[in-house]
Amino acid sequence: MADLDAFRQQTRAWLDENCPPSMRKPITKESDQCWGGRNFTFESNDQKLWLERMAAKGWTAPDWPSEYGGGGLSQEEHKVLREELARISARPALSSFGVWMIGPAILKFGSEELKRQHLPAIVRGEIRWCQGYSEPGAGSDLAGLQTRAVDEGDHYIVNGQKIWTSYADKADWMFCLVRTNPDAKKQLGITLVLFDMATPGVSTKPIKLISGNSPFCESFLDDVRVEKSQVVGEINAGWTIAKYLLTHEREMIGGMGRTASGQKTLSQVAVECIGLDGGKLADDMLRGEIVRWDLDAAAFALTAERVLDEAKSGQGVGAASAMLKYYGTELNKRRQELLVALHGSDGLVWEGEAHREGAIPRNWLRSKGNSIEGGTTEVQLNVISRNILGLQ
Amino acid sequence: MSALVLNEEQQMLKDAAKRFMVESAPVSQLRALRDNNDETGFSRELWQSMVEMGFVGTLVPEQLGGSQFGYVGMGQISEQAGRNLSASPLISTAVGGVAALLLAGSSEQQQALLPKVAAGELLLALAVDETPRHNPAQVGTRLEAQGDGLVLNGRKQFVVDGHVADKLIVSARSSGADSEREGITLLLVDRTAAGVRVERTSMADSRNAAVVTFDDVKVAATDLLGEAGKGFAALELTLDVVNAQLAAELLGLSLESFERTVAYLLERKQFGVTLSTFQGLQHRCAHLFSELELVKSAVLKALMALDAGADDASMQVSLAKAKASEVAELATNEALQMHGGMGMTDEFDIGLFMKRARCVQALFGDFRYHANRFASLKGY
Repeated sequence: MADLDAFRQQTRAWLDENCPPSMRKPITKESDQCWGGRNFTFESNDQKLWLERMAAKGWTAPDWPSEYGGGGLSQEEHKVLREELARISARPALSSFGVWMIGPAILKFGSEELKRQHLPAIVRGEIRWCQGYSEPGAGSDLAGLQTRAVDEGDHYIVNGQKIWTSYADKADWMFCLVRTNPDAKKQLGITLVLFDMATPGVSTKPIKLISGNSPFCESFLDDVRVEKSQVVGEINAGWTIAKYLLTHEREMIGGMGRTASGQKTLSQVAVECIGLDGGKLADDMLRGEIVRWDLDAAAFALTAERVLDEAKSGQGVGAASAMLKYYGTELNKRRQELLVALHGSDGLVWEGEAHREGAIPRNWLRSKGNSIEGGTTEVQLNVISRNILGLQ
Repeated sequence: MSALVLNEEQQMLKDAAKRFMVESAPVSQLRALRDNNDETGFSRELWQSMVEMGFVGTLVPEQLGGSQFGYVGMGQISEQAGRNLSASPLISTAVGGVAALLLAGSSEQQQALLPKVAAGELLLALAVDETPRHNPAQVGTRLEAQGDGLVLNGRKQFVVDGHVADKLIVSARSSGADSEREGITLLLVDRTAAGVRVERTSMADSRNAAVVTFDDVKVAATDLLGEAGKGFAALELTLDVVNAQLAAELLGLSLESFERTVAYLLERKQFGVTLSTFQGLQHRCAHLFSELELVKSAVLKALMALDAGADDASMQVSLAKAKASEVAELATNEALQMHGGMGMTDEFDIGLFMKRARCVQALFGDFRYHANRFASLKGY
């Protein structure tokens, strides 16, 4: 405990000195988020500095082993770091599918060579990753994927099409599920491979969404050469890793239900938008709805914390990620609906600098996808009822 | 910030409470008390066993005969009492009474009364509400000087265990207008004192409550709990302690109705298959499961915040009571609906869980009261 207090003091002092003041302001627009990668344009020098300083400590991936560039922190220390970052409302130094998803999978399933090749670059934010999972014919039924990888000795030749590859047009590498054995039962013939997006035969096309933005792409793979050294885990055992990654993805998307560090709380926004009357929000009906959301959000944040604490002490509820994903995404959708309502007609303005280029309605529309991506709400409810409750 | 998990001792207490309530205070006991129109409303024998188990003295300091096991510990007992609809004065005496004495009483009062509580020799009841909907600052009961003493006049309702309590803990007004926080005094009144009239009210959950009227009841200065007119802060803290336990009880009864419902779906057949195969029911159960997980977290956090004396304890308690009330309503309504016609029968226990839930929800503030309080404490 004394060690942890000392760590807290050191962390606080370090952050005080190293987190630029502009990185302690709420994220208000897309470019405030730092994704890193070969082609990333930093919005400010502070953004670049903040990434470099955090990466040098390994704190962009705080709980990864330090030999691969991570922070090497224990879970308790990691929690302290999160709390200290939240205390000063620090923006995340790096948003990264590498840190959130493929990194943990490489750590758990990958060869030593893969770890040394990929993990340090992820920590430093040098390589931006995208996920090649869904296909036009394989959405909720992901295991039905058809992208073929034909064995050519030391490499595969991959052909197929991926969809909903997030930011594939900006990504440097893809982690991709491919079918290596077309004759096996569908879950048993899948392998997880990694390849550079600059490899000949890889092309991407952004998909325009209802929000008017294009965070997702279609990716076309035509005779793409993938080295066998870039297989994560065993050949034909990719489904296990895919499920592990989906769990991570669910937790990440579910995390949206929590108010992120540096984000204004819904009740703060409500006070700004409609004001107080006698210490209470000036609109009774909205106040009631905001409180309902706030209670759920507070209890949800405590649940995410409890699930972590239980996992640490070895008593975890197995399929908690499905519950967190389900509840967190529904919560975020409710939050976005309330934000639109709070802003009234201002919340529906689509363009113009005065309205941050329509950030409010665009975020609201984007949030509709939260309960579809990473396994729909209905799939999560199936998982809970079958795997946890035994209803079938 | 400590981890949101029970420690080993708390887990052991939970296990012990679980075994005890199943064996000694099951739903069938409540049913029997109800069917026999029992005058006490609980089993005195059961209360003695609870004393022997140490449950009654859970919040009482060790030097006064208790185990001083804390609010998290007490919460484990309340949760198991909720699962079994165990009828006892735990909430009125071991929680509310003890908390009021600890938070407002002098050390003389504590030394005189708490050992008796822990030994099962003294029953207490909180006489707080005067209106049908909880409003602790709404105090019209007056405590006034008369001659060289004090007299009490007024009326209290929803006084849980009021008809059997040896002493009532009453909120009364020494000064100020009816809804002001200033001017409220807490005091002890013997149930059998001259001028006290107690009328038992039969409630939907077949548990105890009473309307208590005070008609020129003589009060000695030594019966005041704390300073005259300054009692509201201690009252609010006492109510926080009670509401956290009520939230734990609601969690227990919600979990029990949910688990009984899942078991029923796995067993009941229609159209040649068990009800558990229908996705329309599966998804409602999965949603309810998720809500219950949220309640577990909120309740544990509130109990821990009280044990730690945290600054935001009141907010955490209102979060827990609000969320537990909301979900108990959903859980018992869904349980009844999914039990179909059987759920409507008195023979099935599901209806008893629903009736108890509404009474616990309403006691000392329902969802709306605590949601409003949560928002006010957060500054909106």
